[in-house]
Amino acid sequence: MRIALFITCFNDTMFPGTGRAVVDVLERLGHQVDFPQEQTCCGQMHFNTGYRPDAVPLVERFARVFGEYDAVVTPSASCAGMVRHGHPVLAEEHGGPDLAQRVAEVTPRVFEFTEFLTDVLGVTDVGAYFPHRVAYHPTCHSLRGLRLGDRPMELLRAVGGIELVDLQAADSCCGFGGTFAVKNAETSGAMLADKTAAVRGSGAEVLCAADNSCLMHIGGGLSRQDAPVRTMHLAEILAATEGSGR
Amino acid sequence: MSDRGVVWLGSPSFPDAAREALKDTQLRANLKRATSTIRTKRLAVASELDDWEELRETAAAIKRRTARHLDHYLVQLEESVTAAGGTVHWASDAAEANRIVTDLVRATGEREVVKVKSMATQEIGLNEHLAEAGITAYETDLAELIVQLGDDRPSHILVPAIHKNRTEIRDLFTAEMGHWGQPAPEGLGDDPAELAEAARRHLREKFLTAKVAVSGANFACAESGTVVVVESEGNGRMCLTLPETLITVMGIEKVVPTWSDLEVFLQLLPRSSTGERMNPYTSTWTGTTDGDGPQAFHLVLLDNGRTDTLADTVGRQALACIRCSACLNVCPVFERTGGHAYGSVYPGPIGAVLTPQLVGVENAASLPFASTLCGACYDACPVKIDIPEILAHLRAKVVEADRRPLKPQALAMKAAATVLDSPRLLATAQKAAAIGGRAIARKGRIRRLPGPLHGWSDTRDTQAPPAESFRTWWRKNREGDR
Repeated sequence: MRIALFITCFNDTMFPGTGRAVVDVLERLGHQVDFPQEQTCCGQMHFNTGYRPDAVPLVERFARVFGEYDAVVTPSASCAGMVRHGHPVLAEEHGGPDLAQRVAEVTPRVFEFTEFLTDVLGVTDVGAYFPHRVAYHPTCHSLRGLRLGDRPMELLRAVGGIELVDLQAADSCCGFGGTFAVKNAETSGAMLADKTAAVRGSGAEVLCAADNSCLMHIGGGLSRQDAPVRTMHLAEILAATEGSGR
Repeated sequence: MSDRGVVWLGSPSFPDAAREALKDTQLRANLKRATSTIRTKRLAVASELDDWEELRETAAAIKRRTARHLDHYLVQLEESVTAAGGTVHWASDAAEANRIVTDLVRATGEREVVKVKSMATQEIGLNEHLAEAGITAYETDLAELIVQLGDDRPSHILVPAIHKNRTEIRDLFTAEMGHWGQPAPEGLGDDPAELAEAARRHLREKFLTAKVAVSGANFACAESGTVVVVESEGNGRMCLTLPETLITVMGIEKVVPTWSDLEVFLQLLPRSSTGERMNPYTSTWTGTTDGDGPQAFHLVLLDNGRTDTLADTVGRQALACIRCSACLNVCPVFERTGGHAYGSVYPGPIGAVLTPQLVGVENAASLPFASTLCGACYDACPVKIDIPEILAHLRAKVVEADRRPLKPQALAMKAAATVLDSPRLLATAQKAAAIGGRAIARKGRIRRLPGPLHGWSDTRDTQAPPAESFRTWWRKNREGDR
């Protein structure tokens, strides 16, 4: 199986550790992975902010760069959702039949990281060891966009030494919402305040999720409050092993 | 736009109105309590039905089919209503609907009307219009009464006074009821039963004297000409049965083809809106009946932007809305801001997609952005309106409608698109971000961001971008191997 990593522009720039963790886990499971250097961005920001035509070249690029792989794996539920639900719309609206065809061919082979592990590789125990108290935040795009369901929790429950704690009102939005956090900063901040209160109330040392964008937002709030909780992408927990010093 | 009502004139944009609303901690506490209670109730009664998802799909299918053949069903409705002794009027916009209703009331010689809670008459601003013509409209729904007495605006579709707590309501009754009729009893307390009793006494006087009533409609069956109002208090039924003349204002999308279609909606609506298995009062009437109930019945069919909405293949889904307000109750944005921030008769997620379509996106440009696209509304909607899909679709329309070439956001998006379409430029930008970010960071945290990003950094730190991007790491550590 030829596996390509779609690390996403945001992870590439801000959270390269998540990409390295994905590489670690997949290689540990015996898979060789590729990172096509021509990849950039899924176009979610442009699509969700209303600049649809600007996103079309990104859709074209995505279909071109990833078209030849058997599977494309990404550690971002929202970017996977954008590819799966947004690319077909953009290709149909602005791209012409050829692009629509290429998009239709590639999108079924695009998987969010936890989906890929559980559904494609059939693995829930990836041999991780992480002796910390962890809460999981199901981001809106993993919960309702991709319907990841219990997959992330199944993976987390198999981690050695971990103590999973409940997060109150886990399914309510953290208030990030991409440009929403800037356009409606105060409302976003009010939602964030409730989320950080729930995180602090959970007693977790680490908050994890399948999307770094929401974690950057929640982590930014926790940091401003000097709260003793770290945020980590779920992939980084799955990459941790005994002696890795996490 | 001015002839369409819907948007309250002079309303600030959503972010500005929300900023004000967020300062009201009492409001936020009231909203949180009310929406979380009703959320829990809704989930419990919806989960009792093992065919809930099938019901949603069926309802969506009925609405889609009806919308595709709306012209046919409306003509059929007109024929059925007329055959049953009613009169049908067609109103293309709010102004025309208001004129029709005012003329009908004037023809009776009456100066007062009682009203059943109705979104359609809110939408066209009927009460204000009647007042200009010297006709007083009395709201009889308890929550609408509270809003009317307070010279306020509704902030929720189902619970218009959701933003008020009972002490505020007690004070309002004591101060205002006397100006509108029977005053509140001396020493009124804030116990809900006591408040309801005060409202009952106040309203009974109106019910027994009013000769004309105005209602909305939840559904109308094309086949039989039957109009349906669903409610909790029985005040609506008093309005629908006691007066001599009944005038119903109904959006054209409320028609359903047959009586049997109601079965689906009457299971979905109460469960989704009040979290009840069935609402206490379902009133249905078909034209007029000699010697029983109103002897004159007028049905005003309101377009007011609906056929324009119908022409949009993505946006038209919004017309399937049965006004249950489940989307409001699950919306994390509504929960913080309340309904007034939306500046429209239709607040919350459904308002954010319906209002811009009814009045034109350029007249409600901030509403499609008043959402994080979290998707809770889509999951809650009993007729499966994909609200996030419509929001994203309308955002594109807002951007298209505002083609100012030097708009900062448009420039930023263009620049971002150029960078993101080139791995080489992206790598350069990553280096610049790493250097710039690390320069302004202290202990790895950025406290203040420049320009329009300050809203973000008012409540959140940002970590400094790392020195090495993933693609650089990959080139160094993996590409060499192969």
